[in-house]
Amino acid sequence: MRRERSTVYPYIPNSVPAVREAMLREIGAKSVDDLYEDIPSRLRVRGLLDLPPPFPAEEDLRRHVEGLLARNVPASSVLSFLGAGCYPHAVPAVCDEVNGRGEFLTAYAGEPYDDHGRFQALFEYASLLGELLSMDVVNVPTYDGYQAAATGLRMACRVTRRREVLVSRAIAPDKLSKITDYCRPDIEVRLLRIDPGSGELDLGDLRKQVSSRTAAVYFENPSYLGTVEAQGQEVASVAHDRGALSVVGVDPISLGVLAPPADYGADIAVGDLQPLGMHMQFGGGQAGFIATRDDPAFVMEFPSRLFGITSTRVDGEYGFGDVAYGRTSFAAREGGKEWVGTAAALWGITAGVYLALLGPRGMRELGEGILQRSHYAAARLGRIQGVRAPALSGPFFQEFVVDYRGTGRSVKAVHRALRRRGIFGGLDLGPEFPEFSGCSLACVTEVHGRADIDRLVEAVREAVGS
Amino acid sequence: MTDVTAVRKAAGAAAPRDFHQARWDERVIFELTQEGERGVLPPSVDDAMAREVGPADRLVPRRMLRKEPPALPEMSQNRVLRHYVRLSQETLGADFNIDVGQGTCTMKYSPKVNDRLACLPGMADLHPLQDEDTVQGILGVMWRFEQILKALSGLDRFSLQPGAGSQAIYANAAIIRAYHASRGDADTRREIITTVFSHPSNAACAKTAGFDVITLHPDPDGYPDEGALKAAVSERTAGLMITNPEDTGIFNPRIREFVDAVHAVGGLAAYDQANANGILGITRAKEAGFDLCHFNLHKSFSTPHGCGGPAAGAVGATKDLARFLPAPLVEFDGKRYRLDYDRPESIGKVRSFHGVAPAILRAYAWVMNLGAAGLRTVAETAVLNNNYLMKKVLEIPGVAAPYAVGKRRIEQVRYSWESLYRETGVHSEDLGLRAADYGVHYWTSHHPWIVGEPCTLEPTESYSKADLDEYAAILRRVAEEARHDPEVVRTAPHRSTVHRNDPGPLDDPRRWAITWRAYRRKAREGLL
Repeated sequence: MRRERSTVYPYIPNSVPAVREAMLREIGAKSVDDLYEDIPSRLRVRGLLDLPPPFPAEEDLRRHVEGLLARNVPASSVLSFLGAGCYPHAVPAVCDEVNGRGEFLTAYAGEPYDDHGRFQALFEYASLLGELLSMDVVNVPTYDGYQAAATGLRMACRVTRRREVLVSRAIAPDKLSKITDYCRPDIEVRLLRIDPGSGELDLGDLRKQVSSRTAAVYFENPSYLGTVEAQGQEVASVAHDRGALSVVGVDPISLGVLAPPADYGADIAVGDLQPLGMHMQFGGGQAGFIATRDDPAFVMEFPSRLFGITSTRVDGEYGFGDVAYGRTSFAAREGGKEWVGTAAALWGITAGVYLALLGPRGMRELGEGILQRSHYAAARLGRIQGVRAPALSGPFFQEFVVDYRGTGRSVKAVHRALRRRGIFGGLDLGPEFPEFSGCSLACVTEVHGRADIDRLVEAVREAVGS
Repeated sequence: MTDVTAVRKAAGAAAPRDFHQARWDERVIFELTQEGERGVLPPSVDDAMAREVGPADRLVPRRMLRKEPPALPEMSQNRVLRHYVRLSQETLGADFNIDVGQGTCTMKYSPKVNDRLACLPGMADLHPLQDEDTVQGILGVMWRFEQILKALSGLDRFSLQPGAGSQAIYANAAIIRAYHASRGDADTRREIITTVFSHPSNAACAKTAGFDVITLHPDPDGYPDEGALKAAVSERTAGLMITNPEDTGIFNPRIREFVDAVHAVGGLAAYDQANANGILGITRAKEAGFDLCHFNLHKSFSTPHGCGGPAAGAVGATKDLARFLPAPLVEFDGKRYRLDYDRPESIGKVRSFHGVAPAILRAYAWVMNLGAAGLRTVAETAVLNNNYLMKKVLEIPGVAAPYAVGKRRIEQVRYSWESLYRETGVHSEDLGLRAADYGVHYWTSHHPWIVGEPCTLEPTESYSKADLDEYAAILRRVAEEARHDPEVVRTAPHRSTVHRNDPGPLDDPRRWAITWRAYRRKAREGLL
C-alpha cells in the first residue's frame, strides 16, 4: 500500500501535518527542504530510496518478522550439545525481568544522580564478579570475551612495556583471529603447543619460548577443547620468573567449583559473561569482562569505564562515579587507552542479577552438577564401540572432545544422523583443528538431564551403527 | 508540600514539572544478604547419574577445586527482584524522560514490539554455530538488512559483526590498514586525519590500529578547515575518518572535496555515520565519494541503548574494499542464505560470531515499519525538531549556538553557556545537574571542550512539540535560577536519587574502590 508524505507515523509525533506546519512557521522556514540548505544538491538523493514496502501496522510487522523467525530451528526446540563459546544454560526469569525493564533497557549515559541505579547496578556487578574471581578490579563490560582477551593482552604489554605474547593453541580460532588483528600494530603473537594427548599446555614449549621479551602468557580455563588446565601455577611461575604476566581466560560459570585464576597466579583474568544469565541469541548475548588486582599500574591501563563507590554531600549516602576517567578515550581521544564506547553494559547488570540469585551455594551446586553430567555423558559415549570420549586425557568441566575416527563414520555423517533424531550433536572440530579432524566438541550443562544424555548416547550408537 | 495545581497554573502548559526521582536509599547488595536464603535452585543431578560418576570434587584435580566459596550474598528471589527493580526506578530511562539532552547519541524511541520479537525463541534460543539450514530466518534478516544499508549508503557490502559504533570505527581503521598493507604501503601510510568534532573514537580507534592521528580544527564558521586538510594530506596519509554532520550539527558541504583531496594522495575515506539520523535517505556516503562507512544501529535505527549496550554497529565498504570486511558475510543465491568464511583478505574477526543479532533484528523491524517514505519522515522530522528546539533554546538569555550563526543545523546543536557562565559563574555541568531536578537528563559534550561551557541537544524525531517546549522551559528555568539563586544550581541535584558526589576518592588510587571487596578492605585499613 502506498503511503503519502502526509502519513502520520506512530513513532513520530510531529508527523501530524498541522503540527509540522506550525513548527515550520515558528522557525521561519517554508519547507523542511530549507533546513538542508548546507547539503549541496549534487550530494542529495533524488526521490525515495528503493526499499521494500513497509508494514506500517504493528500487527502486520509482527507477522512478517515472526514469519521470518519461523524459518529458524531454535536450539530449545531440539536437544542441543553445541557450546564452543556460547553456552546453553538455564536463564532465571528474574534475569529477563530485570533486563527487560524499560528503565534499564532504554537508559544510556545519564549522570551518577539521575542514573544512580545504573551506576549502582554496574558497581554491584563488578563487585559480585570480583568475588567470583577473587579480584578487586572489574570493568564495565566490553563487547565480548574476544575483545576482553585482546585488550587484556594489550594491557599486559603496556604494563610490562614488552611486545610479545604467548597464546595457548587451545583457543577458538576466531578468537585467535581477533587477538592477532588487534595486536597487529606492534605486538607479536606466538602460539604455544598443547599436549595432543591430554589437551594441556606443553610446559616444555612454554619454557622454550618464554623470554625477557614476553609480556604475557595466555591460556584458558577451561580451554576451547574443554580441558581444565591444572598447571596454572606452573605457567604463572614460568611467566613471572621472566617478568611476564599470566593472563587467563576463564568461564565464570565454572567458578563455584573451580579455583579462580587469581588462586594460581593470574595477573589479569578475562572472559565472557554470556553463561551468567544471557540467552544465546545467535551470539548476541556475549559480553566481556577484564579483572585485575587493585594496582594502579594495572588500573590505569584499562580502556573501559570503571565505576567506583564514594560518599556524597549527604552523610551516609553512597554515590557512584567514574574512576580515573582521564585514562579513557572519552576524556583524551587518541591519548586514552585504546578506546571506550557503548558495549554490553546491560549484560553486566544481568550477570550481577544471576550471581545474586545463585549465591555461593547455587554456584557450587551448579558447577558440581555440570561436572557430573558432562562426565556421565563422556563416559557413556565412550562405551560405544569405536567412539573415544573423552578423547583427551586431561580433566574437563563441561565440554569434551568426542573422537569418531574409530567408527569409520565422519563427524558430518554422525551429526547428520543426530539431526534426523532432533539432536544438535556438537561442533565438528575438523575445519578448525586439522589434528582433531574426525572429532567433535560436545557441551553438557545443567540443562541436560539424564534422559537427554541417554537419548544422545542412543542416537550416537545408532548413528555409528554399532 | 508544593501545591501542584498552582505550579501548573503559574507557568503554563510547557512549564517544568514538580518532579522528584525515586529514592529508595537502597543498600549495596552485599548488605542485603540473609544467611541461608536462596534465589534460584539449579536443577539437581539424578541419583543414578551421580552414583555412576561419583562426587564432583573427585572429577578434577584437587588443586583446581575452589577452596573458599565466593562471598556472594545469599538472597531470596523476591529480595533480589525488589533490589533491582528499585535500582531500575532510580535510573532515568529514555522510555519516560524527554531524552533530548544526550546529544550525539540519538536517544529515539525504541519500539516495544521489536523488543518482544527479539525475545521470541526463534531469536533468543539460537546458537551461533547451528547448521545454516536451521538459521535461515535470522540469516535472511541479516541479508535483508544489509540490502537496506546498501540503499541508505550507496556502498556495496556491509558486515553487521561489530558490537557497536566504536568497534565499527575500529573495523574501518583496520580495513584502511589492511588495504595499504596489501599494496606494500603499510610502513609509509601512517597517518589518519580526523576532525575535532568527529566522535573521539575516530581518533582513538585509529591510534589503536597503529596510526598517528592528525586532528583538524574548525574554521571560523565551524566547518572543518579545508586549508588545514590540504596542508595535512601527503604520501603519509592512510585515510580520512570523519563524522558528518559533525557533533555540532553542522553538515560539511565540502565533504566531497575533502574526500577527493585524500583520494588524490592515495588515502581512503571512512564516513562516520553515527549522526545519520537527520540525513537518512537525504544524502549518502556514495555521492560524497567515501570508500567506507559505519552506522550505529542503537542510534539511528532505534535499538535500545541498554545502559550502554548491547548495541550494534554496521561497517560498509565499496566493492573494491569488501574483500577486507570481517568474515563471515551472508550470501544469498535466491533460495538459500549461507555464511561465507572464505575471505582470505578479511581483517579477521572484530567480534565473536555474527554480531549482536537481536539488535540487528530490531533495526530491521524498525525500518520495515517505516519504509523509504517513513525513513525520510524520520530524517526530516529530526531536523525540524532540532531547528525548532534551537529557536526555543536561543530565546533564553545566556546561551548561544557558536559557528555558522543564523544557519540551520541538521539533527543536533552544540550550544554554549559561556555568556551565562561569565555572568553568573555557573558552569554548564551545574545546569545539567539542576535540570535533573526537573526530570530530564542533560549532557555537556565530548572532550575537548572547543566550545566553552557546552551542551549538545539532539531531539530526534521521537519527541512532540510539547515535549520540546517543556525541555526548553526547563533550560529557561535553570538559567533563571543561575542568575537569581546560583547556589541552588551549584549544589544540584536536590530532587534526584542522590546528592553530589565527593569526587576525591574516584581519582585517588589509595581510596578508589571499584568493587565492594576493595571498599571494605580500604575501610578496614582506615583509608576511607
